Amino acid sequence: MSSHYLSIENVDKTFEKGNVRSHVLSNINLHIDQGEYISIIGHSGCGKSTVLNIVAGLIEQSAGVVILDRKEVNTPGPDRALVFQNHSLLPWLTVYENVALAVNKVAGRSKSTAERHEWVLYNLELVNMLHALNKRPSEISGGMKQRVGIARALAMQPKVLLLDEPFGALDALTRAHLQDEVMRIHSNLKNTVMMITHDVDEAVLLSDRIVMMTNGPSATIGEILHIDLPRPRDRIALADDLRYNHYRQEVLRFLYEKQRKLEQISPRHPPSQAQNERPQPVGGSGSSPSDAVVDAPALQKVSGAS
Amino acid sequence: MKTLSTTAAENVSVLNRFGINHAHTMWQRFKTYLLQNFLPPVVILCLLLGVWELLCSGTGATLPPPSQVISDTWELILDPFYDNGGNDVGMGWQILASLERVAVGYSFAVVVGVALGVLVGQSTWAMRGLDPVFQVLRTVPPLAWLPISLAGFQDSNPSAIFVIFITSIWPIIINTSVGIRNIPEDYRNVARVLRLNGIEYFYKIMLPAAAPYIFSGLRIGVGLSWLAIVAAEMLIGGVGIGFFIWDAWNASLISDIILALVYVGLVGYFLDRMVAMLGNIVTRGTSAS
Repeated sequence: MSSHYLSIENVDKTFEKGNVRSHVLSNINLHIDQGEYISIIGHSGCGKSTVLNIVAGLIEQSAGVVILDRKEVNTPGPDRALVFQNHSLLPWLTVYENVALAVNKVAGRSKSTAERHEWVLYNLELVNMLHALNKRPSEISGGMKQRVGIARALAMQPKVLLLDEPFGALDALTRAHLQDEVMRIHSNLKNTVMMITHDVDEAVLLSDRIVMMTNGPSATIGEILHIDLPRPRDRIALADDLRYNHYRQEVLRFLYEKQRKLEQISPRHPPSQAQNERPQPVGGSGSSPSDAVVDAPALQKVSGAS
Repeated sequence: MKTLSTTAAENVSVLNRFGINHAHTMWQRFKTYLLQNFLPPVVILCLLLGVWELLCSGTGATLPPPSQVISDTWELILDPFYDNGGNDVGMGWQILASLERVAVGYSFAVVVGVALGVLVGQSTWAMRGLDPVFQVLRTVPPLAWLPISLAGFQDSNPSAIFVIFITSIWPIIINTSVGIRNIPEDYRNVARVLRLNGIEYFYKIMLPAAAPYIFSGLRIGVGLSWLAIVAAEMLIGGVGIGFFIWDAWNASLISDIILALVYVGLVGYFLDRMVAMLGNIVTRGTSAS
């Protein structure tokens, strides 16, 4: 047994639908230490969300094991809290109630009513959302919804925080702002984080290691890049940093030279809803090389202005 | 004079600044609201009544014009709650009797319909088994159920209630099951990550998520049940707006029939608005996510 906090060992995933078998993931091996921030990057449809969903327990792997804190995991649970790309707040509950639903369920026995109330407020304060306690998700902006989603996940006190393209649906300004907040929270709470992203800058800025996945079918881990930049990281200072730009280049080279995505002529039939990548909304960085390059100066300008 | 008018103008601006003029603008807004929302229907109603009056005032007209309807039924309009015993009661009592049957039958339909809808929405097996049955049964006209329910219950009142039940249950079942099936995968995932148990999932995720669909089913259902009660009561007799119409027809009181139709329409409209309003209150904020 490995000594790592979270281990993904020899994980394989084959989706079967009728007679059609698609081999999505092949032999994924990944070991994550406590407090580490890992990003998984890859082209659309390479199965990176499937990896995350297997760790979350929402999808069952065909082979291999996931071990978290010396225990095998194969069902969903609050120890692996998930932040969804589209926030997934319950629209009929207020901001407070959304977080309270999680807190009351997860800590219903271990904390008193007053403690749970405090804990909800504490987590909403972490993401600066105390001002909108009684608002419903439809009344707050996309960035705020994602903050509440993060607060809900943090409130479960997960062993590992799973972020599924958490900033993908946000505009560049809001995204930069939220990335800074996540960095701040991570440096305070030392969570173990596994994040799926499309965004090269986001991956380099936030991660300790970037896991780069090859294109599917039978996607696997292509390379792992250690980001050896001191924390706290500052996006403005890093914009001119040679190492930062070198890391960016490494990731870009992997994505656009080694694993260049060839557009398939026939549309892929996603075998399952959870596996299929959601379309990237306007403002997100797409998967074409020009987008990724354009994205960087935009972010720098944003942080310069704020 | 000049000074006077200036001070008056200043006073107005002072009033404005302190919001005392608020009531005035409110009245303005209310007037535009009335103008925009009440004027068109009133104009159209007057036009229609005028056309009706013209068409039916000639000699040889088989139906009474509105003026005659009102003069014929004036006593009924003035005293809706008289009670001379037997079937000879005011229109208010007639409608209340019908509403009572609807309330009982519809309540059963809501409970059973939502329960069956949840079952069909949740279980693929139940859907495959029950859906064809529902699809066939729901096309049976309400009155076709009446003889069989009379045979079963051996009594007119429960039979009428059963007809209401069987008429209004189908849209409730179907809409509820569609609502349950359309619960976004993400909400299910939230529930799975939180490890909500079946009961928690039912109350905290399923019912609220499906509520907009359930309420559209409830609205259709209440409309259908009001449609069915009039027809059913015509056949079963007793106190009730349906039998009142039939009775009036047998006594050739055409004006009474027309008055009853107006009441039936208005009550149906209010039933629909009531369920819609309840739905709005319960599902507020859920239409947008």
